[in-house]
Amino acid sequence: MPENNKTARQISFHVTRYNPESDRAPYVKTYKIPVREGMTVLDGLHYIKDNMDPTLAWRYSCRMGVCGSCGMLLNGRPTLACNTQILHIAQTDLTVGPLPNFEIIRDLVPDLLTMFEKHRSIKPFIVRADEAEVNDPQGEFYQSPEDLEAYLQFAYCIKCGCCMAACPTLATDARYLGPMPLAAAQRYSVDTRDDGRRGRNQSTGEAHGAFRCHYAGECSRACPKGVDPAKAIQHLKRQLVLDYLHLARRKKPCKKLHGPGQGKPLPNIPAAPAKTV
Amino acid sequence: MRETKYWTWHMTAGVVILFLLGLHMLIMHVGGITHLFAPHGGEAISKENSLFRDGKLFFTVTYILLLGVALYHGLYGLRTILFELTLKPAVEKAISLILLIVGLGLFGLGTWAAIAVHAIATAGGRG
Repeated sequence: MPENNKTARQISFHVTRYNPESDRAPYVKTYKIPVREGMTVLDGLHYIKDNMDPTLAWRYSCRMGVCGSCGMLLNGRPTLACNTQILHIAQTDLTVGPLPNFEIIRDLVPDLLTMFEKHRSIKPFIVRADEAEVNDPQGEFYQSPEDLEAYLQFAYCIKCGCCMAACPTLATDARYLGPMPLAAAQRYSVDTRDDGRRGRNQSTGEAHGAFRCHYAGECSRACPKGVDPAKAIQHLKRQLVLDYLHLARRKKPCKKLHGPGQGKPLPNIPAAPAKTV
Repeated sequence: MRETKYWTWHMTAGVVILFLLGLHMLIMHVGGITHLFAPHGGEAISKENSLFRDGKLFFTVTYILLLGVALYHGLYGLRTILFELTLKPAVEKAISLILLIVGLGLFGLGTWAAIAVHAIATAGGRG
């Protein structure tokens, strides 16, 4: 490894600070910290808290890009602090702020409540008429690999809020549902096990729903998990129009195949080894 | 789903506008065709040539159609822009109502003008 990779470099963290109980408006405070290769922004924030300013607040949990807690604005781009190495985005200065388009609870902690209320409004779960089966499953629902492919990428969403922070429509229209809830609506509506699309259309097809999207595409650029919410919203718009014009294919949700262990195995598949536990 | 209805017709109106404006460009500006709709010679927008076209039912119908779709498309677009300013629901309702009244008023005025000029052109042709 080259020598310069081992030595620490001084990077100035320009961190947005705000305590609604004592501050009238957010302000920026600068901390100069030693950064080594491989250090993430989250590591940098921990360094500041441990060594320089214990009052700094932010939200984090898994530290590996899975939980979606540490979404923040790094050098003007919404992304995950745990997933971003400092030296990949900064040579001397790094600005760290809370996600825009949300109220600030404190410092780098955004209030995600509005996002989750919108998310709840689109019924982000499998809706079926046979509720007894949903609540107490007695078998498996058939779903082909192609059926899975239709929604799989949208299922990777971790609800970090980066797409909501990047959305220019949401910046002016606070009531707009936003990319995350709309992508979630698409995720469940194309799931072959689901029968709730027409119910979701009531939310996604209303005045501040899918049709407010201008297809800026910033949500898809910002997503740290590679989900494409902009694509989901365009699919959703098409489906809404087809439903309105009664041109959508009427499909019943897939049926239950059989109970556990009651299926007929394909030929030439060796038997599973005996249970050891 | 009401917004889905509005948006679908907004898109449809856009396509109709494209078709009608294409027709307008062909008639008014394409050299090989212009003389068919401007039989009196000179500019296609001269009074005589305009009255010739106004006397044809086809043109009167397309004028009214273009007016209707352009008003709907434009006013719905304006409503969309205004709605993105995070207004109160009551204000949004008022805006929708005002735009509806303005749209219907302008459509009524334009339709009356198109029909009136059609009648004048037809009477002139007979007289």
